[in-house]
Formats: sequence, C-alpha cells, structure tokens
Amino acid sequence: MVAAGVIALLKQPKRAAAAALSIGSLGVSLLISLIAFGHVLAGWANSLAVRETVNFTWIQFGSSTADLGWVLDPLSAVMIVMVCFVGLLIFIYSTGYMAHDENFTRFFCFLSLFAGAMLGVVIANSLLLLFMCWELVGLTSYLLIGFWYQKPSAAAAAKKAFLTTRVGDIFFFLGIVWLFAQTGTLLFYNHGFGSMEGFALAGLLTQHTNFGLTVAGAIGLLIFAGAAGKSGQLPLHVWLPDAMEGPTPVSALIHAATMVAAGVYLIARVYPLMSAGIPLIHTGEVTGTTAALTVVTWVGAATAVFAALIAVAQNDIKRILAYSTVSQLGYMMAGLGLGGVAVGMFHLITHAFFKALLFLGAGSVIHGCHEEQDIRHMGGLKADMPLTFATYAIGMLALSGFPLFFSGFWSKDGILEAAHSGAIQGPYYLLVFGALLTAFYMTRQVSYVFFGYWRGHHTAHESPRVMTVPLAILAFFAIALGVIGTPAWPWFRAFLNGRSAPFSLHGFAEPGLALLMITSSCVVLLGIGLGWWLYGNKSPKAEDPDVLEKAAPWLWAGLRDRLYVDEFYGVTFIAFYAWWARVADWFDRRVWGGIVALVTWLFGLWAQLNRLIDTYWVNGGFDKACEEISSSGGLLARVQNGRVQFYLRILAVAMIALAAILIWSSRA
Amino acid sequence: MIIASPLAAYLLVAALLFAIGLAGALTRRNAILVLIGIELMLNAANLNFIAFWRYGPHPEALTGMMFAIFSIAVAAAEAAVGLGLVIQIYRHARTTDLDQMNRMKG
Amino acid sequence: MSPVSYLIAALTVAGGLAAVLLKNTVHCALAVSIAFAGLALLFLGLDAQFAGFAQILVYVGAVAILIVFAILLTRGSDVPQGGVFSKSWFVGLVIAAGVFAVLGWAVLASIQALPSTTAAPAVTVQDIGNALLGRYVLPLEIVALLLTAATIGAVIVALHEKERTR
Repeated sequence: MVAAGVIALLKQPKRAAAAALSIGSLGVSLLISLIAFGHVLAGWANSLAVRETVNFTWIQFGSSTADLGWVLDPLSAVMIVMVCFVGLLIFIYSTGYMAHDENFTRFFCFLSLFAGAMLGVVIANSLLLLFMCWELVGLTSYLLIGFWYQKPSAAAAAKKAFLTTRVGDIFFFLGIVWLFAQTGTLLFYNHGFGSMEGFALAGLLTQHTNFGLTVAGAIGLLIFAGAAGKSGQLPLHVWLPDAMEGPTPVSALIHAATMVAAGVYLIARVYPLMSAGIPLIHTGEVTGTTAALTVVTWVGAATAVFAALIAVAQNDIKRILAYSTVSQLGYMMAGLGLGGVAVGMFHLITHAFFKALLFLGAGSVIHGCHEEQDIRHMGGLKADMPLTFATYAIGMLALSGFPLFFSGFWSKDGILEAAHSGAIQGPYYLLVFGALLTAFYMTRQVSYVFFGYWRGHHTAHESPRVMTVPLAILAFFAIALGVIGTPAWPWFRAFLNGRSAPFSLHGFAEPGLALLMITSSCVVLLGIGLGWWLYGNKSPKAEDPDVLEKAAPWLWAGLRDRLYVDEFYGVTFIAFYAWWARVADWFDRRVWGGIVALVTWLFGLWAQLNRLIDTYWVNGGFDKACEEISSSGGLLARVQNGRVQFYLRILAVAMIALAAILIWSSRA
Repeated sequence: MIIASPLAAYLLVAALLFAIGLAGALTRRNAILVLIGIELMLNAANLNFIAFWRYGPHPEALTGMMFAIFSIAVAAAEAAVGLGLVIQIYRHARTTDLDQMNRMKG
Repeated sequence: MSPVSYLIAALTVAGGLAAVLLKNTVHCALAVSIAFAGLALLFLGLDAQFAGFAQILVYVGAVAILIVFAILLTRGSDVPQGGVFSKSWFVGLVIAAGVFAVLGWAVLASIQALPSTTAAPAVTVQDIGNALLGRYVLPLEIVALLLTAATIGAVIVALHEKERTR
C-alpha cells in the first residue's frame, strides 16, 4: 500500500521506478508471508494448532468498541503466500504486457493498492477491517477494470462491476451489523470471546428468526450475499464477463486468482458461523449441514452449470475464461458447503494458479496476435507460439481436471467426493455435468486457438521472456500443487484443520473413492473427446456458424447471449431505478425548487419593504430632524447681529445677574 | 444726604458715574460717544479703587493707588487705539453710526 | 465727607450726564473733560495726590484732546439725522439703571462693615517711586510694553489709512 501511495505521486514517465517499487514491495511481502507460513508450518508440525492474533481497539463509543486486528492461522497463511506469489508473477508479467501503454505508472499504482487491500482482507481478524479492505478491493477493481477509461465500454463495465458488487455488499454490511449487535464484538478470534468462537456462536444458535432460521444461519446468509457479489455467483455474476474490458493482467490477478477468491475466503473465514450447530468429528470433516450451507451449496452448483453452459457458446478468448471462472467459483462455493473449509480452499488455491496461468496465456496470445481477441480469427498458434501453447495446454488440462497429473483433478475430485457423500445427490450430478462442460469448452477454445490454420490478419509471434517465464512457473505449480491434496497424502486438509497427515497409499483404498475417481476421469475424457471430435483440427472460417449452432440454433443463440440475464436486469431493476430517478428529479425540481423559489420571492418582498421604510420613514424622518436643527440654528444666529451695543447690553445684563447672585449668596 | 460712611458715599458716586457711563455706551449712536462712556466707566472704577485705598486697612501698601495709576495709563492707550479704529471705520463706512455697523452679523 | 466733596461730586456727575445727553458731540467731549477734572479733584480730596495729578495730565491733557481730534476727523460735529439716541434707548437705560441698582444695593447692604473714618495716609512721591520700581516693577514693565504696542498699533492704523486714501 505504501508503494501505491508513492507511485501515485510519481509522474508518468518514471516507469522503471514505479514497476520496481511495486514488484519490490510485493516481493518483500512475499518474503514476509513465507516466513509467516514457515512459522505456522513449524507450529503445525509440532501438533500445535497455531492461531495468533493481534487486536487493538480503534474506536470507542459508549461501552462498546470497534476493534481491529490481524490473525495468522493456517488459512490466512496459505492465502497470503498464494496472493503474494501469484501476484508477484503477474506483476512481472505486466511489465512486459503494459510496456506499450502510456499509463504504465498508474497501472502499477493501482496494482499495488489492490495487492495491499487483498492482503488486508486475508489477514483481518476483525469484520470491520475485513469490510474496509473488501471495499478497497472493490474500488481498485473498479479502477483497474476501467483502466482504459477512454473506452466507453470499459467505463461502463467498471461501473457495472462496482454497482453489482455493491448490491452484495449491502447485505454483507447488514450481516456485520447484525452480528455485532448480537455478539458485541467484531473480532473473529479474541481468546475465546471472538465472534467465531464458541461462546458467541452458542448465543447465536439459541435465537431464531424468520423461516425457522437460527440467527447464526441468517447472518451467515447475509454474509454469503456479499460473497456472492464479489465472487460472481448467480444472480450477481453479470459483472464478471464484462470486467474483461480491463487489461489481461488485471483479469488474471483480480478475476481469476485473488479478488473473486476473496468471497470464497470470506465464507471460509466465517465457516464456524455458517456451520454452527453441526457437531464436528475429530477428523475435521463435516457430518451434517445447516440451512446456510445448503443455500451456499445449491447456489454454487447452479452457478457452476449455468456459467459453463454459457461458456460453450462464447467467441472471445477472455470471455470464455471469465465464464469459466464463474463456473469454478461455483465449484468452490459448493465445495465449502459440502465438504468444509479445506475442500473449498484447496480448489481455490489450485484454481488461482491455473486460472492465472490461462489468463496470462490468453494475454500472451492476444499480445502475439496484435490485440486480436476473437478465437475465430486465430488458429495454428501451436507452431508460432510454442511456449505459450505448452503452458496453456497444461493450464487447460488442469482446469478440466485431467486425471492424476494435474492439480485440478485432485481439487475437483475432492469436491465431487464431498458432494457424493452428502445427503442430497442433486449437487453431485450438477457438478459432474459441469465438469463435462468444462472439459468440452476448454477443448473447443484450445482447438480454435492453437490447432488448425491461421485465420488472422497478421502473422503471430511469440511473446517476450518477461511474459513467458511467469507462464512457465505457474504451469509448474499447476501440476505440483496436486501433490499436497491427494487422498494418499491429504496434507492440505490436515494443515488447515491442524492435524497430522501421514503419507500412506491406503488413502486410496477408501470405499467408493476409486469409483469416484474413475467416474470423474471418464467424464473428463468424454468431454475432451467430444470437443476434439467436433472442433479438432478443423478451423471453420469466422463467418461460418459453429457446428453446434447449426445443430440447435436457438439454443446456441441463447447461450451465446448469456441467457439474457443482463437483459432481464435491464428491464426490471434498472428500468425501475431509472423511473425512480426521474420521479426524484421531478420532485426535486418542482417541489423543492418551488419552495426555494417561494422563499426567495419572500425575501425579495421583505427587501422591498425594507427599502420603502428606509426611504420614506427613516430617511424622511432624519431629513426632517436635520431641517429643524438648521432652522433652530438660524434662530440662534439672530443673536449675532453684528451690533456692538447689543452685545454690550447682553454683557451688562449678565453682569447684573452675576452680581445679584453673588450678593445674594453672601448675604445668606 | 448724610451718609454714615464716607466710603459709602464715594462708592455710591462711583456707582452712579459707572451707570451713567454705561447708559451712554448703550444708548448713543455715535461710536465716539460709546468710547466716552467707556472712559467714564473706567474713571468710576478708579474712584472706587482710590476710595477703598484711602479707607482700607493698609494704605501704606499703596495697592489701590498703584492700581489706579496703571489703570489710567492703560485707559489712555486703549482710548488712543480705539479712537484710531473709529477713524478707520469712518473712512470706510463714511459714518460713525453704530446702528449701521452690522457687518459682523452672524 | 465734607460739603466741598459733595459739590465736587455733584459737578462730576453733572459733567457725566451732560456728556451722555448732549446732542452736539463736541459739547459732549467738553463735558466729559469737566467730569475728568472733577474726578481729579476728588482724588486730591482722598489724599491721592499723585493719582489726581496723573489724572489731570493724562485724561484731561491727552484723552480729552484725543477725543476732540477724533470727533473732528469723523465730522462728528454735524448733527446726524435720525437722532443721537438709538432706537432701543429705553432698553439701554433700563439696563444701566439695573446695574446701578445692583451696585447700590451691594454698597448699602454692607454699609455696617465699612469703616467710618481713618487717618490720612502719608504717602510721598518717593514712596510711590520706590513702590513702582520695587514691588510693582513687573506691572510697570508690562504697561510700558503695552504702551509701546498701542503706539505702534495706532501708527499702523493711521498709516494704512493714509495709503488708502491716496
């Protein structure tokens, strides 16, 4: 954040300084986060549940206080490492991508600000501090999406993002206020008195509100509304695809890896609240579910499928990835709802890496194709951009959940496993269908972009090293992270829950696990196969309709037009709001304006009255008085008639009077 | 008319003279006669002084006499200057009539 | 007070009256010189010899002449039309009577306090000279200054006069 502040003061031409400052400060943050992570790791290795907090009072009003604080526990530790690491790679990438842009320094200023705010969200121990950083993240997202503000579509997209997330934030704030009112504290953990700890939660469970929800459940739903806005769940997902108007590094950082993950992180953070009432068995896994978690699960699953369906019919390379993000976020939410913090968070971490990889790869492709973004105008880039192709393919396979080697498989499988073991199987089937679609549309995208022959205008070229090296690093992690989440060695889950995790192949032997793995593998391979069969090495010309479009035209049209959600909103909410604004304007102009005019007129009247009084009464009176004085002066002037004898007489008279007085007084 | 105190007699005479002089100064038209009246008044005052000196407690102090002498001298000077002024006014206004001399009218 | 004194007093008063009442200005001047002379005699009767002689010298000898000169220079010998008394002579007379009344009242009211007879003081001219240069030297000098100023003033007035009529 300091870097952001300093860069804001720098002038535009100082690019190297700005970039260095941003990357340097984020590097320092990375170091610090690694140290913290190591600390937590050491604590975990010693079988200690590490949770350190630093709290302080910010405002005191009456008898209650608003506290702020920071927390370091396994959850926040992994998040800060992920944010710093992925962020650092994206920052380095941006120096290459934005090299032609003239607003280079402003970009890095905003990036630094965003990184600071995101880290604030992650390590906050207080709901208030989290909310403040949450809003700051929203603000920087607005600034970055509308970075090229001269484009009207970019400005509109930024506004849309901000307003949509605002809707969610209102509910979030209501939840915060309610929680504060109920528990009296905003801190999560406060040596037993925090709002996420047993004492407060027990209190929340005893009260009930509408629909038979407990207060805990109701607050949890309100907070989820905020997360839904930020993470693009149905129905507040409409801003995410439009947010692709921003530069690609922005899309990678914010809308793949970090900001949208903030919503998921929030749910993970308040998980004790949402899961209050479920007895936790000692393995840390969830046995039952609450109303709040059920809602989370269904919303997540529905989003996953909805977005995946739309992604199938998109032609903009970034938009496909955007809808993919929405879909994967749905997976994460479902994972949280079904399997607990560890399951959802694992997918979040792996998704951060391979989605960032995919976005950066898309950026590389766009850069190489001279700012072309329509996949129908690309093709055959496998030969022209080999490094990009290789990393992109790894990312795509990870996203699809290609079996065994890629982290995506393990994380997605964790979610599917949790879904399968749930009481209702509906989410499971939805998620499996979503996996099929994911594999399908990613294959479609890859074959359009990299296979076939080139359909673009100019020749494509590979991107500079500063852009491809981060791609390679991310690709490595896309594979490697899978290792920590396999059933053979559930390190991640154990780490988050504070237990030990031995490596044992017996993990694979759990009943039903093998069947699940095989099922999901088949689904993925089916999806890839379908995609290859339909799109394979063929490269239809841009003007030709898509294969599926020929098959089912109006279904295709509906999917391509995003299932008309935006239009629906436009007709209902926005139209209403515009009408309301017009009414308010009329009111303002007519009623209040009329009152103001009336008051003004009265004042004018008063002023006129004053003027009349002044002219005739005051001035006239004053003039009259002066006249009188003049005339009396004239009278007195007659004494001065210039005649000596007259003066002498007066002297004599005065002398008589004086003498008389003297004699009289001396006599008496 | 026998007055018990000679001093009182002299004082009354002086008062009479003073009144006569004042009457002349106040009623006559001619400016020179006003000055004559003023000289009479001054003389009456001198008589007063001498009378008090003669019948007063300390005649050896010569106060009254001195005052009268000085008064005579000053009166002479004043008469000279006053008459000079009257002549000057006559040259301007061609008259010594006081009723017509109201140029200092306010 | 001896009968001679009364006579001289009556003469003085008559002279004064005449000075005020007569129509001819020159006659007024002569009458006022008689009044001056009478006053000088009164001074002598009061054993103020120096004052009496000074009175004769200055008043009769100089002031009266001066008055006559002024009358001559301003054609005062002509009898003006419209009367010698001003229009409001009665008011003046009343005021003068009033003054006399007050003064007489003061004298008569305090008549008991006045001494009746005292011895005549023996005052020589040498005494007067000593006093003038001793105790009264300051007034002497001031009067000298005053006389000088008056002389110069009169000359200036006359000088301007002469230039203008030329």
